[in-house]
Amino acid sequence: MFQSLSTILPELFLAVTASLLLGFGLSKTQDRSDIVRNIAAGLLVIFGLMGFVLDRPAGTSFNGLLYNNEFSDFLKAVIGLAAAAALLLSKHYFKSEKLDRYEFSVLTLYSVLGMSIMVSANNLLSMYIGIEMQSLALYIMAAFNRDSLRASESGLKYFVLGALSSGLLLYGASLVYGFTGSLDFETIRASIELTGATSGVIAGMVFLLCGLAFKISAAPFHMWTPDVYEGSPTPVTGFFAAAPKLAAMAIIARLTIIPFSDILGQWQQVIVVMAVLSMLVGALGAIVQTNIKRLMAYSSIANMGYALVPIAAGTVAGIQGMLIFMTIYVISVIGVFATILQMRLRNGMVEKISDLSGLSKSNPGMALCITFFMVSLIGIPPWLGFFGKWFAFAPAFEAGLAWLVVIALVMSVVGAFYYLRIIKMIWFDEPTREFILAPRTVRFIAIASALLVFPLLVIPGTGIGIAAMNLAETAAQALFAQ
Amino acid sequence: MLEDLPILSFITFIPLMGALMLAGFAWLGKADGREQLERNAPRAALVISIAVLILSILMTLDFDSSKAGFQFMEDMPWLGGGIEYRLGVDGISVLFVLLTAFLTPFCILASMTSVKKRMLEYMIAFLVLETLMIGVFVSLDLILFYLFFEAVLIPMFIIIGVWGGKNRVYASYKFFLYTLLGSVLMLAAILWIYYYSGVQLGERTTDMRVLIEELKIPGGVQTWLWLAFFASFAVKMPMWPVHTWLPDAHVEAPTAGSVILAGILLKLGGYGFLRFSIPLFPLASLNLAPIIFWMSVIAIIYTSLVAYRQSDMKKLIAYSSVAHMGFVTMGIFTFNTQGIQGGIFQMLSHGVISGALFFCVGVIYDRMHTREIAFYGGLVSKMPVYAAFFLLFTMANVGLPGTSGFVGEILTMVGAYQVNPWIAFGAAFGMILSAVYALYLYRAVIFGEVHNEKLEGILDVTKTEAFILGTLAFFTILLGVYPSLITDVTSASVEKLITDFNAAQIAVPAVGGAQ
Repeated sequence: MFQSLSTILPELFLAVTASLLLGFGLSKTQDRSDIVRNIAAGLLVIFGLMGFVLDRPAGTSFNGLLYNNEFSDFLKAVIGLAAAAALLLSKHYFKSEKLDRYEFSVLTLYSVLGMSIMVSANNLLSMYIGIEMQSLALYIMAAFNRDSLRASESGLKYFVLGALSSGLLLYGASLVYGFTGSLDFETIRASIELTGATSGVIAGMVFLLCGLAFKISAAPFHMWTPDVYEGSPTPVTGFFAAAPKLAAMAIIARLTIIPFSDILGQWQQVIVVMAVLSMLVGALGAIVQTNIKRLMAYSSIANMGYALVPIAAGTVAGIQGMLIFMTIYVISVIGVFATILQMRLRNGMVEKISDLSGLSKSNPGMALCITFFMVSLIGIPPWLGFFGKWFAFAPAFEAGLAWLVVIALVMSVVGAFYYLRIIKMIWFDEPTREFILAPRTVRFIAIASALLVFPLLVIPGTGIGIAAMNLAETAAQALFAQ
Repeated sequence: MLEDLPILSFITFIPLMGALMLAGFAWLGKADGREQLERNAPRAALVISIAVLILSILMTLDFDSSKAGFQFMEDMPWLGGGIEYRLGVDGISVLFVLLTAFLTPFCILASMTSVKKRMLEYMIAFLVLETLMIGVFVSLDLILFYLFFEAVLIPMFIIIGVWGGKNRVYASYKFFLYTLLGSVLMLAAILWIYYYSGVQLGERTTDMRVLIEELKIPGGVQTWLWLAFFASFAVKMPMWPVHTWLPDAHVEAPTAGSVILAGILLKLGGYGFLRFSIPLFPLASLNLAPIIFWMSVIAIIYTSLVAYRQSDMKKLIAYSSVAHMGFVTMGIFTFNTQGIQGGIFQMLSHGVISGALFFCVGVIYDRMHTREIAFYGGLVSKMPVYAAFFLLFTMANVGLPGTSGFVGEILTMVGAYQVNPWIAFGAAFGMILSAVYALYLYRAVIFGEVHNEKLEGILDVTKTEAFILGTLAFFTILLGVYPSLITDVTSASVEKLITDFNAAQIAVPAVGGAQ
């Protein structure tokens, strides 16, 4: 029993402390949002590192509902740290918008708890619970600025489409249950091994993947993304773009590798179609955008397309590539939103791309940071984004998906156009306005992310690059070993 | 003496360190010290680039040209999985390193007066660019090579876009997207090679030495991979018909940017053919060589004709660069000693000559702020020294015997004649055309009466300009009368390249493995 407890210790820790924090915030009339936020960020960091610090065996808990191993530990670490960064970013934004409520931090904790259940789910039911727990918190966060028409609209849109995706997900799960007789991942796998790919299982699998595609905003289920990204408060958008994407990507990997490993030929087609469509939509849709948050929405659609490429390979190297790619993506996205949050004039935030013009003169440090992120997102070496793409695309090549990789590479050239437009605005144009100096936390996170995407980590001889690679490889191997 | 030091790493990364240092000063320095920093930045950059030049000269002197293999090897763990940090030079690359280190100080020197805004950032961009260009020539790992090859785009994009002429934004986009599209196809091919090395050699690697010596790629796949690499190198070269980015980029770039572009960046393509396409895909190279020949001849003749019709001096020289690169590709794909030696020689000499021509244009552009040919005329009476220098470089560009331009062109044509006399004939015809446009330019700008009163007050070259042009003139003539300076260094490596190439034609490649 105690062993079973130790496997879900991070989740327990988060659930208990989040509830305590909620009570703490409620208990006094005075505003406690600052202290709650700082504690919550600290808790997230502890939660993230727990998997690595605690020496505990991989194993199941709750009769196989959850299965914890190096794979989920890796993801929890990245999710925890990304959520902590997003939370810290929100402080000054909410203060200046007069929205500073402690509930926001608690909601972040609950959504991370949901993600944590998602990435270690070993059962369709626990997977669903995790997804819903995460999503409900996210719906509220999207509409957190309740007096704003745009925010309410985005929250509602997110909720309606999210409910639709939950419907798809449940329908798929019920089909799979009907045809295999189980909700447990490993039992499903055993059942498919016996019966082969029956049409019911395939239909269920397609519905499941479609439901999850909503969560990662892969085309053709991407329509909500630009509106929600634009309408939500900026720190919330930053949070949306990073951690939940990673969690949903992880559960897609888990679903395809564990229960449906025997019907690789079937799900591969679905993943490939979604990957190609996402890359197309993301690259072409972003060209006409003028709002930087909408642009980042399309950019995230395209990036999810790239991340699906290694999953389609269905190999250890593929999962490793996906983890590396997504981690680097999360770092860049956090950085980009940390710089968007610095786009503040005396009378409030601005978010037009043209507002950035001439930034290299008015604020060289911030200009350099954005340039680094954009170059990394284009995938120019030696910035980290290139290595992400390299490790994501190489496994797909080995799996015989060379044509998919070529499409991905060509689409990344199309994508380069709109990232370049931002660089052009910053460096080539004359400044029209000057932003007021951003608070220290925001600048610190921006600079830290910029240093991370700059190839300091891959300096030859230091071995940091290899260590990070091995971490992702262990995680990927653990997924396959289950 | 130099064997014990990681000399190549020093040469490659000293400029980057310098750039970081300058950036650090700007970051930490006070706002009122900014002006002083702007003033001193070019001096610091000049010192750094001269240090690199000295190290490169020492390295070249220490280089043993009798050996064909790679020297000054460095090998360090990097990303794992067969992707390591590997550096080294052979007879082919060592001179390109020297050329880069040689041209950069002149670019910085020339920019001191001609660049009017944001000097500090300009110098940082140039130093970063130097690191990346040298990195391309010294890296012996496919990924490392790609890293440098691709990263060049960013500083160049910014140099054209920030300090360029009127139409700079369009030109910088065109430059970036054109070359990026070419490069990603090469990346796809690199991915395939990486994967296939695991299949055939048992362990995946991107080590160039291992790949060249041991990897035998089946014939059918070779064609595809060759085409993918070709897409990248042909754009960089640039070969007809994908040359259209070059005139735009050249015209809009600042003088020093044009010099770097013509002097070194155009050589990346030719170097890539020598280092990658021929050794890795010998069968495909031989099969597809006729296409290269015809594309080269079309480039030589067509772009020479186009050059004649230009009204902008820089555009004219840019088109002439495309024509001269035609000689290079023609020479390289003859697969004989004269052709390849000629191709390398032509690249190096074109680096000096076209650099000098762009400096010449820069000299009068700085004074008059226009590159219109029609604006000028009769400069010989106002700027006699300048006219003399310009004449020398114009003649070298045409390929007058006694200048380095002649050696490269005659060697490539001798090489081509052995393969296909018609190709050599077409190239020779192009030489005549090059005389047409070059002399037209020279006549229109230098000779005749001064018909434009704005030119009345124009001054002759300053001491700095005279020093730059004089040094380049010295090397143009030196290489023209004593070409063995270059061919002796390259010969061993070129011979090995050809021997391996011929051996690969006979050996039957391993069957299977293709997907």
